[in-house]
Amino acid sequence: METIHLLFLAIAALAVVSAFNIILQRNPIYSAIGLIIVLCCLAGLFLTLYAQFIAAIQIIVYAGAIMVLFVFVIMLLNVREEESRTDRQKYLKFLAAPLFLALLAEVAVVIRFVNMPAPAIEDPNTAIDPSQSLGTVESIAHVMFTDFVLPFEATSVLILMAIVGAMYLARRDSGEGAERIEQALATDAAQPPVAVHEDSGH
Amino acid sequence: MSSILNSIDLQFILGSLIKTAVFWICIMIVVAYTVYAERRVLAVIQNRLGPNRVGWQGLLQPFADLIKFIFKEDIIPFAVNKVLYLIAPVVVLVPAMMVLIVYPFGPRNVPLPGGEVLSNMLNNFGNSLGYDWALDLTHIDLFVSNFNVGLLYIFALTGLGVYGIVIAGWASNSKYSLMGGLRSSAQMISYELALSLSVVAVLIPAGTLDLVKIVELQGGTWFGFIPKWNLLALFPAGLIAFVVYLISAIAETNRVPFDLPEAETELVAGFHTEYSALKFALFFMGEYVNMTTVSVLATTLFLGGWQGPLVGTYPWLGLVWFVGKVFFFLFLYIWLRGTLPRFRYDQLMNFGWKILLPAALVNIVIAAVLGVLFL
Repeated sequence: METIHLLFLAIAALAVVSAFNIILQRNPIYSAIGLIIVLCCLAGLFLTLYAQFIAAIQIIVYAGAIMVLFVFVIMLLNVREEESRTDRQKYLKFLAAPLFLALLAEVAVVIRFVNMPAPAIEDPNTAIDPSQSLGTVESIAHVMFTDFVLPFEATSVLILMAIVGAMYLARRDSGEGAERIEQALATDAAQPPVAVHEDSGH
Repeated sequence: MSSILNSIDLQFILGSLIKTAVFWICIMIVVAYTVYAERRVLAVIQNRLGPNRVGWQGLLQPFADLIKFIFKEDIIPFAVNKVLYLIAPVVVLVPAMMVLIVYPFGPRNVPLPGGEVLSNMLNNFGNSLGYDWALDLTHIDLFVSNFNVGLLYIFALTGLGVYGIVIAGWASNSKYSLMGGLRSSAQMISYELALSLSVVAVLIPAGTLDLVKIVELQGGTWFGFIPKWNLLALFPAGLIAFVVYLISAIAETNRVPFDLPEAETELVAGFHTEYSALKFALFFMGEYVNMTTVSVLATTLFLGGWQGPLVGTYPWLGLVWFVGKVFFFLFLYIWLRGTLPRFRYDQLMNFGWKILLPAALVNIVIAAVLGVLFL
């Protein structure tokens, strides 16, 4: 057994423990921290598979950006403990166990019967041409901008739509707020001269 | 176990450990004396003396401060969330320090004085334990590690530091801490965008994310006297990128004039209001290590890292140029702190989103067009 396999197992074990932590904790902020640890562990697993770029992006996007928003919201709403359980979906929990077993069986079948050929992985640091070795920025960029350029551009259009949608929702609210404030200011501005007039009248 | 100890990884692991330890101690000393320099320089700017009692000209002040922090009473307020309150300073400091392994301090293959004696000693020690080691320390690289995504690694880890601040603000269970934590995270998320995008203009001439290679590519001169730094590459794209980077870096490290998370006139001390003794010192160290990191990154990306005159003949001189350039940026931080007033919060957000971010985006287009035309 090589060192890298030991590392892989250790990181995978930590990931599983943290994943259990997510669902077993009652306090949402502990769950969020568990999720952050899982995401960092996944980055570690990618590293042991020589996928350096994906490891870095995993931490930047998921742990560094998305989870910050999660933690932000939990803190702003100051959710202390899980709210008392609503039993509207009480039948769902009986479905959970069979679904979990089905997933487990599926994974076992894939591991047992599907023989994927291992890709030829060479260490990117010692590779002569970095664009030829798997997992480097160069090779991923090359594939992304040649073979998969259409899905890539389609994704960016999708993200643009999401941004425009978010802007529209946020703007409409603030616009109405601004109108209300302007109306209030207008009525306020109309009142004082009357008051001054009354005062001077006495 | 013996198979692991005998493998060729040994030289790499052992060398990395030793180098990390040495560089870590150096960075800690730099941090300690940056604090000292800050107090002395600010004192000069404000026309007073500053700490000059402990040792000659107060040079032992950092150690006195450290001892004071260690022996102070360690107060844990009653209403805090204890686990998170204790974890937060560690979460700030550890990612900040992990960045250290990709700093390019100097060139590759530098002859180490006494390296032959050292490697003989280590090899004899290994042989006496029954392993056959063949370590070669006569030439060493003046960086711990270089990898394909070095720059992204730095961005990933500095991005994790924000959790420490957010958690500290929340776990302290106090208004001022929470306000400071929220402000800080909002500010760091906003300016992180401009910071990362400004760097793209440098990556176009460099063509790699590996910090060591980025520095190596900046060797030599144009027309015999202009250094081939990325600052001047693809003119004016490099220059605009440098300005955007510098401003966002100051905001990213929560320093004056963007120090709203710890604005003492409104928030007491921001997210670390409830922290005392060594835990406060850890936050402080984290902030200064982050300052060092953005200074190192500015040096590496824009000012040619260890490149400078005579490095080819005397490789150790690279270390001197590198440290000199980093200290220039650290001095700039202190200078700005002594000069500028603090931004208002809405000004800070407007400036980040409406000026810096569009400037960085337009600059990428400029750099790309110039890159296609001239590279």
